[in-house]
Amino acid sequence: MNTVPAQVKGPERVLSVTNLRAYYQTQYFGISREVRAVDGVSLHIDRNEIYGLAGESSCGKTTLIKTIVRAIRPPLSIVEGSVMFNFAGRECDIYRLNRHELDSMRWRRLACILQGSMNVLNPVRRVRQSFIDFAFRHIGQPMPQFLALIEGHLARLRLEPAILDNYPHELSGGMRQRVTIALASVCRPDFIVADEPTTALDVVVQKDVLGLMREVQREIRSSMILVTHDIGVHANVTDRMGIMYAGRLVEEGRTVDVIRNPRHPYAVHLVASLPRIGDTTQKQGLEGAPPNLAAPPPGCRFHPRCPLVMDVCRKEHPPLVDVAAGHRVACWAATQPDARRAA
Amino acid sequence: MRALLDVDHVGMTYFVGGLLSRRAVRAVDDVSLRLETDKPEILAIIGESGSGKTTLARMILNLAKPTDGAIRFLDTDVTTIGRNRARMRFMRQVQPIFQNPFAAFNPLKRLDRYLFMSARRLADARGADIEAAADKALHQVGLSLAEVRGRFPHELSGGQLQRIAIARALISSPKLIVADEPVSMVDASLRMSIVNLFKSLRDELKVSIIYITHDLATAYYISDRVLIMQGGRAVESGDARDVLVNPQHAYSRLLKESVLSPQDAGKPFVPVGGISA
Repeated sequence: MNTVPAQVKGPERVLSVTNLRAYYQTQYFGISREVRAVDGVSLHIDRNEIYGLAGESSCGKTTLIKTIVRAIRPPLSIVEGSVMFNFAGRECDIYRLNRHELDSMRWRRLACILQGSMNVLNPVRRVRQSFIDFAFRHIGQPMPQFLALIEGHLARLRLEPAILDNYPHELSGGMRQRVTIALASVCRPDFIVADEPTTALDVVVQKDVLGLMREVQREIRSSMILVTHDIGVHANVTDRMGIMYAGRLVEEGRTVDVIRNPRHPYAVHLVASLPRIGDTTQKQGLEGAPPNLAAPPPGCRFHPRCPLVMDVCRKEHPPLVDVAAGHRVACWAATQPDARRAA
Repeated sequence: MRALLDVDHVGMTYFVGGLLSRRAVRAVDDVSLRLETDKPEILAIIGESGSGKTTLARMILNLAKPTDGAIRFLDTDVTTIGRNRARMRFMRQVQPIFQNPFAAFNPLKRLDRYLFMSARRLADARGADIEAAADKALHQVGLSLAEVRGRFPHELSGGQLQRIAIARALISSPKLIVADEPVSMVDASLRMSIVNLFKSLRDELKVSIIYITHDLATAYYISDRVLIMQGGRAVESGDARDVLVNPQHAYSRLLKESVLSPQDAGKPFVPVGGISA
């Protein structure tokens, strides 16, 4: 009788991040400063899954995805932890790859969609040239076949082949963002990183662009990490989501569970404070400001703003523990209600 | 009733391009709106980018001259306001708040200087009154001069900076505030406190506010009336609750359908189909 290895049973895991710490370390005039932008984050993403990452500005979202794709440069450096990708059954630690292996993996396996489409496309070259610059050498086919492939892929995103002859400024914001999505997905990568892909777009265009992005992702069965601060986008697009606060993951679970039944006080506030059409109740802002990551408060980093603060919160950082199937929370009050009653 | 602000069929045409490829852009076309003196209210102007919201705001602030129609503030045509005293008087009564608080303040200048300068120039304060005026305005937004004195913009969060921008606007006790996307750059956890602040300005200080946004949910939350713009034209206007709960114009309905709500979690995603190839 053959025993099936544990990984094969469940869904195929594409990314595993283990206890990742990435700090910005600077030293000027003998004063060293350490900004702990990502501090002990562990997460995993399965094949054909969209993982959402939410949190306010300067909470470390962008630093986290930069370290995941190894797009880091000093002063940002990895202090601890690992980022393991599993592409087609081959496990690899992205920080152990050499230059050549990394280059062959980029775009073919690992692609990015970034916020400012205007900054991705070369403003003085036609869109066709951008496709050739980005994808030609990864696809490895002669030019006529390559261009036919591009045109077929553009049609999937409801773009005319004629836009290949346009300059980026001739296209509307929504079209440009669809071009960057086409660029990122044309090599059918296993993993796509999308950093605020629709933040610069209007509401009407945003919904359609998200729909197309999801359609393409489902078709090529890639995994995606989607970073945005808009909880509405997470609710509509992502399968699972994590909420970051001050460099740490404070809550993670299926998007439906996190939004309908948030446990961490920050997540509770984030969801409750969103105004809705048809809802006239008074909403409250959160008092205080996000902590300075160069000198974070001891214990739980949310405790100075937390309505449920207890003694233990000021001393010890809460671990991320399971509260329900696949729903993890890092909060003393949410995971140990008894301690709260006693306090 | 006397009109505080009477925007009377204004339009604005820009010319873009060079000598040979000159082309007219109709940014605002035949828009009218009216605010009353005795009824302070929040009027939301909603629309996508390029719908003329900001051009309309610039015309109300007398930063751009309408090509047709007229804008009257307390019965004075704003285009007749010159550069000197009349303009100063107008600026005391109409104050702007801009989208990006990090861009509104010079990073090399201390924040209290903005407040003191506004107090001296717009509120005619002298000596000790200058600090008193700044402190009073900061208290109205939930801050105090002690917290702000000597600080540079990078030392404060976006939410705090936006509060200081609002405090600066309040120093001259304006009757009208034009806020162009005031919360879109502010973090979600601080956004609602700014939005609530606008509500309290209306209720306690009796300031009318023109709130320009593309976010229908906050517009619903704070505004009394809305004006929905598309392509420079006002396509729908009326009571905020009525219009946003039950929009009549096709474009307003499309806007409402496009709002991504957290309530959608777990439901199938339905694109609105606004993209044409």
